[in-house]
Amino acid sequence: MSLDKDTVARIARLARLKVPDEELAPLAGELSGILAWIEQLNEVDTSNVAPLSSVSDVTLPMRADKVTDGGIAAKVLANAPGGAVYIDPTDKNAGGFFTVPKVVE
Amino acid sequence: MAAVTDLTIAQLTAALAKKETSAVEVAEAHLAKLDEHRALNAFITETPDKARAMAKASDERRWKGEAGLLEGVPLAIKDLFCTEGVQTTAASNILKGFVPTYESTVTSNLWKSGAVMVGKTNLDEFAMGSSNMTSHFGGVENPWKRKGDNRKLVPGGSSGGSAAAVAAYMVPGSTGTDTGGSIRQPAAFCGIVGLKPTYGRCSRWGVVAFASSLDQPGPFTRTVEDAALMLQAMAGHDPKDSTSAPLPVPDFAAAARDPNIKGLKVGIPKEYRVDGTSEEIVALWAKGVEMLKAAGAEPVEVSLPHSKYALPAYYIVAPAECSSNLARYDGVRFGLRVPGKDLPEMYENTRGAGFGKETRRRILIGTYVLSAGYYDAYYKQAQRIRTLIARDFKQAFETCDVLLTPTAPTAAFAAGDKMDDPVAMYLNDVFTIPASMAGLPGISVPAGLDKDGLPLGLQLIGRAFDEVTMLRAAAALEKAAAFSGRATGY
Repeated sequence: MSLDKDTVARIARLARLKVPDEELAPLAGELSGILAWIEQLNEVDTSNVAPLSSVSDVTLPMRADKVTDGGIAAKVLANAPGGAVYIDPTDKNAGGFFTVPKVVE
Repeated sequence: MAAVTDLTIAQLTAALAKKETSAVEVAEAHLAKLDEHRALNAFITETPDKARAMAKASDERRWKGEAGLLEGVPLAIKDLFCTEGVQTTAASNILKGFVPTYESTVTSNLWKSGAVMVGKTNLDEFAMGSSNMTSHFGGVENPWKRKGDNRKLVPGGSSGGSAAAVAAYMVPGSTGTDTGGSIRQPAAFCGIVGLKPTYGRCSRWGVVAFASSLDQPGPFTRTVEDAALMLQAMAGHDPKDSTSAPLPVPDFAAAARDPNIKGLKVGIPKEYRVDGTSEEIVALWAKGVEMLKAAGAEPVEVSLPHSKYALPAYYIVAPAECSSNLARYDGVRFGLRVPGKDLPEMYENTRGAGFGKETRRRILIGTYVLSAGYYDAYYKQAQRIRTLIARDFKQAFETCDVLLTPTAPTAAFAAGDKMDDPVAMYLNDVFTIPASMAGLPGISVPAGLDKDGLPLGLQLIGRAFDEVTMLRAAAALEKAAAFSGRATGY
């Protein structure tokens, strides 16, 4: 499978990744090279083989529906790019908001 | 007593127990080494203040008789593990300014056992690479150089800084993560021991995710016994990682101290004789078989027929998982944010500026193979092949206990080589990826030098959750190979 510039631009758009125009053609070449090399997988007959999505045999464990931590509101909010906003500044664990720059237009 | 920076972890803990030195003294000696070898660029962040405080607390614990397994041992941490209050970058510009408010389970376990952090090591961006050249913070220099040749060599990747720090005696041990070979290949390139545990043995909680079905933390050390000691402290069930195995942690160190492999069946996979492997590595592999045989093991030829498909299948599965995992870096909640005229443009600008070339390449491949119309042809097919690879190993382990293979097809290469040819770069991991795809444990043991004086490694692969047998075989190999090489070119 060979990718052209337009396809690369379309994938970049899907991935929300800005790729400058002048990089589209070289990227198309590199990605086509990788995909051509991957094509060899088609030699293998896998019609009766189930896909393996995880090697861990463990079934997803259930846990009791109990609070296991808490009282760390300041830690949770520390990395908020818009800063941490607390409902009651004298009691940080009373609740607060993780604020981010405006994303709704 | 030898200089404390020359001691292994086992020797260090013994010297500390006998009060021949103190954790504070040991930390200072290693911090001086970080200072001396800063030009290697092995560290992204050095944490001398934290190291001194942790060392002081360690000495106090020891005086009270509360010494842990790694009490007072200075360690370097790959900058992919979240460390509370210490910036964590994943070697990417997109995590700019990120200081976690929590500690990863693995590092938390290490601190509980008394270890001391000296800093966060350099790596390929988001652990994607085999040379450490894709780091936003620049490449790492391998402490080893070819005889009579002053060119800089890569330490391998992605855990290049962690491997270089141990090879340059800046620390006796460090943590890495291995998705397709990121611990084992740099260990081979730097002449040290690197261990990737069974998937699920060490918790992934708090480790920046690359490919979640493959990522696994593990140690770098200069001896097999030290690797066992570190794994002992790092491993264990963690309810915060749903893929963490609810199994007890065996006595790994005891296994590493018992190199008795009489009657052990060592599988030699015939499909691992691949084109492009250096003749010296093929010869070393044969020598490794003889060494294990002389130690009482029984070599048996085994077949892993789908080996050649592991690498291309990996380059569907890993980028697919990477493109999903890295979708969280959108410029909204943390890290870099580059403005745009509207929201989609802000996302695109942020991600375009925040991710480096290789990361962008893998996100694009991953997005493509998961996109409508291609999912079955690529992703499903790769997962089916993964089933066949896992089945191959299962069958091989019916006739043997452990596998012996080369770790990497060549010795360390020059900085800048293979950068324009992604597929050539990916081939570095041809011997490590099959075990990763099957979730099996692997260890690279330094086993000899090539004609240029560079170290070469051999890999042992064990059954799932049978690191004990793998460590015994690794200890036997280490003893027989008696590798005494030491980097001098730095």
